[in-house]
Amino acid sequence: MGFGKSFPEFDYYDIVVVGAGPSGTTAARFAALSGAKVLVLEKDRDVGYPVRCGEAVSHEGLVQFIEPNPKWIASTVKYFKLVAPDGTVIKPNLNGFGYILERRIFDYELAKLAANCGAEIVTKAYVNGLILNDGKVEGVKVLLNNSEQIEIRAKIVIGADGVESRVGRWAGLNTTCKLQDMESAAQMTLTNIDIEPDTCYFYFGEKVAPGGYLWIFPKGENTANVGLGIAGIYGRQRHALSYLEEFVEKRFPSASILTVIAGGVPCAKTADKIVTYGLMLVGDAARQVNPVSGGGIISGMIGGKIAGQIAGEAIKKNDLNLIFDYENEWRKTLGQRHERYYKIKQFIYKFSDEKLNEIARELSKIPYENLTLKNLFFTAVKTQPSLIIEVMKLFI
Amino acid sequence: MVIIKDNKCDFCGCCVGVCPENCIELYEAKIEIIDEICTDCGKCVWACPFDVLELRVTKSKKGEIA
Repeated sequence: MGFGKSFPEFDYYDIVVVGAGPSGTTAARFAALSGAKVLVLEKDRDVGYPVRCGEAVSHEGLVQFIEPNPKWIASTVKYFKLVAPDGTVIKPNLNGFGYILERRIFDYELAKLAANCGAEIVTKAYVNGLILNDGKVEGVKVLLNNSEQIEIRAKIVIGADGVESRVGRWAGLNTTCKLQDMESAAQMTLTNIDIEPDTCYFYFGEKVAPGGYLWIFPKGENTANVGLGIAGIYGRQRHALSYLEEFVEKRFPSASILTVIAGGVPCAKTADKIVTYGLMLVGDAARQVNPVSGGGIISGMIGGKIAGQIAGEAIKKNDLNLIFDYENEWRKTLGQRHERYYKIKQFIYKFSDEKLNEIARELSKIPYENLTLKNLFFTAVKTQPSLIIEVMKLFI
Repeated sequence: MVIIKDNKCDFCGCCVGVCPENCIELYEAKIEIIDEICTDCGKCVWACPFDVLELRVTKSKKGEIA
């Protein structure tokens, strides 16, 4: 091998993390901090590239993990504008702010943090199977540099292999995402466009993005991520990219397109089981995405941190059964809330365009100061009395 | 049988996430569908954001026209 890492025949790690996205490197960082010998394997040539993400995070979510740095922040966002099918614009009061990231730099920084804590990171390392012994995961099978098939043994494997995760399925965990829960997404990064650099726009409606929404997330003065997700079931008639092309042609006819990407967002409840003997799943692989917003950076990092800490503890105490605590910890921290959001999502995305317009008209009567996201939600529910009982059930 | 009908694939993995048979292999810049395992359910075809996949009418695994 000319370059890259070579592994001795019987190389052994405490923890192997599959995938170097934010969830994987956060898991690696916290596991390494507790003294474990950690290896991160990334299938692509680069950490953080290609970017498959709208790149939006909240300030309060982000600072739990890393100090905001202008090096990887493209925009600071103070306002949201929600656009109904008839064009009515609602501006909720966010009581906070957020950022649009440069993920290709951000992911690098997170990987560097993990490496600084002692984790090893290897790219062009494609995990294509697990070492299983009597149902227990004891390591990974890896294709290195597209050429060399090797096995790496580990006490714990953490699957952070994204929306396309198969690590869990190889070990018997059912992480297949239902078609109606998979948001089929396309995004363009456009420049030379007229936007508000401190405002995120969200467009709703069956003609714009059935079963999902369209977003405009600013990246500086005249550049933005413009993307949309449609529920997978609607892809039968028409694909995500075709909806996006139509919107961009109409709304930004003179834009220069810097990049076009595809992606899948698992807007589901967390998978029923995210731990088995020797294996934990984090991030998109565990379906730890906020099912309403489709946001997964912070929630995946929260999953990664919990998993990394518990895995590190299990190594330190030499008790691998401790990893089963992870499922419960995740549920308490965020999993239960995601289950509630999932129920909310199921009726929000069934609203007809007429209903959305009606809700928007109600909301537009509320002054900005009072229009918090919570207030917005309850007003929306009030316009559809049949929902009140459904919603009550969520909070009982 | 699901075929990869052109070279527009962006390797995003959306199809892999919905595949109930776990029969799609996604590399850095290549996908493969393992025909022997595929049941022609079509979920990957609809989930694909870029319209890369196509379900070809063929004899299904049960011997009926799919």
